[in-house]
Amino acid sequence: MRGRASCLEIFRQMTRIRRFEERCAELYTESKIRGFLHLYIGEEAVASAIIPQLRPEDAIVATYREHGHILVRGTPMDAVMAEMFGKIEGCSKGRGGSMHLYDAGRRFYGGNAIVGGGLPLSTGLALADRMQGRKNVTACFFGEGAMAEGEFHESMNLAALWELPVLFLCENNLYAMGTRIDRSEAEVDLLLKARSYHVEAATVDGMDPLAVAEAAEKAIRVVREEARPYFLECRTYRFRAHSMFDPDLYRDKKEIEEWKKKDPLPAFETFLKMQGWLDEAASAAMKKKIDAEIEASVKYAEEGTLEPVEDLIRDVVTPHITG
Amino acid sequence: MTSSRPTSPAKKAATTYREALRAAHREALLGDPRVFLMGEDVGRYGGSYAVSLGFLKEFGPERIRDTPLSESAFVGAGIGAALGGMRPIVEVMTVNFSLLCLDQIMNVAATVRHMSGGQLSVPLVVRMATGAGRQLAAQHSHSLEGWYAHIPGLKILTPAVLEDARGMLGSALLDPDPTLIFEHASLYNRTGEIAENAGLVPITGAAVRREGKDLSLVAYGAMLFKALAAADELQKEGIAAEVVDLRVLRPLDTETILKTVRKTGRAVVVDEGWRSGSLSAEISARIMEGAFASLKAPVERVCTVEVPLPYAKHLEDAALPQVETIVAAARKALRHV
Repeated sequence: MRGRASCLEIFRQMTRIRRFEERCAELYTESKIRGFLHLYIGEEAVASAIIPQLRPEDAIVATYREHGHILVRGTPMDAVMAEMFGKIEGCSKGRGGSMHLYDAGRRFYGGNAIVGGGLPLSTGLALADRMQGRKNVTACFFGEGAMAEGEFHESMNLAALWELPVLFLCENNLYAMGTRIDRSEAEVDLLLKARSYHVEAATVDGMDPLAVAEAAEKAIRVVREEARPYFLECRTYRFRAHSMFDPDLYRDKKEIEEWKKKDPLPAFETFLKMQGWLDEAASAAMKKKIDAEIEASVKYAEEGTLEPVEDLIRDVVTPHITG
Repeated sequence: MTSSRPTSPAKKAATTYREALRAAHREALLGDPRVFLMGEDVGRYGGSYAVSLGFLKEFGPERIRDTPLSESAFVGAGIGAALGGMRPIVEVMTVNFSLLCLDQIMNVAATVRHMSGGQLSVPLVVRMATGAGRQLAAQHSHSLEGWYAHIPGLKILTPAVLEDARGMLGSALLDPDPTLIFEHASLYNRTGEIAENAGLVPITGAAVRREGKDLSLVAYGAMLFKALAAADELQKEGIAAEVVDLRVLRPLDTETILKTVRKTGRAVVVDEGWRSGSLSAEISARIMEGAFASLKAPVERVCTVEVPLPYAKHLEDAALPQVETIVAAARKALRHV
């Protein structure tokens, strides 16, 4: 059981992600945000309950559905929104966009938009920690779709073989874009796959922030203290389509409605109120503050600068340091 | 860069391309605790081309890491380790196998700096064998470095001479960005003399390996030596060929290429890659763009015939650029008046 402050922070982060992304969807329809936009709505409990437990020196590798992860990591919302607008004030200077959010100072190694592509990277970050005697954790988020990729299997094997401190976090939302897990995986018990590499594995209800927090606490402890990989499956669901281009023809509407009944935001809010940790006034105040943060970030992004075209080829290679 | 020779005359010692590479690795491993080597069979086996033979004993299993046959994972691990403060050297057994880690090279190593808005650099070195000539057929013989030279964000090195085998690795390790080193498999046993104090060499710029006024032969890697042999042949007919060793395929040293063409007016590009969409096409285009007025003849190209490389010796020989085909192309270029 977690304390009041920790629970309120998880709730605040879930609410921030939800409202930030709802606003992003609006901005998308206004053509302020373009490209691909993959929303995390429905899955917020996972990032919100895990990332606050990491230390600043730990590393995070994420996917193209990573707005929530970088916000919880502490990157200012202004920089994230400016990135969505393609402005130089963005956290990747407008070069990355929604799918490639980076924050080197917070050891956030990006949204990788090649499914499975971040997993090998995470083994290397962990290898560097191991070789330099640092007791850091590399948290690698990926969807269950990545588990059909060779890079998942190669990375699990390498991490187990070399005892690399990687926390493999599978956000199992049941669909690899439009393909349901039982139509892409011969074995749908994901833990068996991890265990076949001798990686300790557990599964948790990803719609329950407290359960996720508890499972993550154990997982992080194992990775850090025992310096070995750990696989945690978080069973979750995205309420929105895969991306803004997706008409969502492949999911039963009833299925979506069933999952929406498990929405972690109202459920956790009710829990917090029952605990006496949150009342209506405090909840409203929190949401008001978040909305103000979001509107400020939109203003910041709107007023941001477009990078001069003369700088187009900047940051392809590292400038030579002279003198 | 015009010469990799040391400035003061130094004592020379006999060596091989492989020994020069070994010396480069040992120097790097001894000089920087962040440097380590990983790849398939680099440890107990000693490296598929015996570059790291004995290193496991000398440097231990933490720094000489045998990997599973998981190109994507261990190249990606190299990228992650580089981001995490190490200076990895990743050996991929051969360029054909590198296609299994193309995702990590192309989508991660080459893009992270840009995608992060310049926050991150990937100081990774990947070495691999390339090229044909040993009857290894269609999955172990190709020259795909020209493909890699297409990709912004990468640096592509092709050491041909012993000085470059000795000196490019160390310079690549000092470079903040991902560098791919292509070692032509036919060069490992190449012998010669090298200054005893040979060390790092610049990893920018081409080098003129032989001066001449009548035409320019532009080559890299093992093709440099075929071009030099062709220049010897041409000399017998009184033709003075200039031979340019590209050394670095990305960024390409356009100036040195244009300079030699402006001098001779005629160029033959020798490239072990296939002709279509090749590096030779790029060089030819750059000559046309930058030295059109100096050209006395169309640029000739000698490339590998467009066939997956065959096993049978006579067919393999016929597919590859050879001294005779280079000489023939040179004569053709010289016939134009």
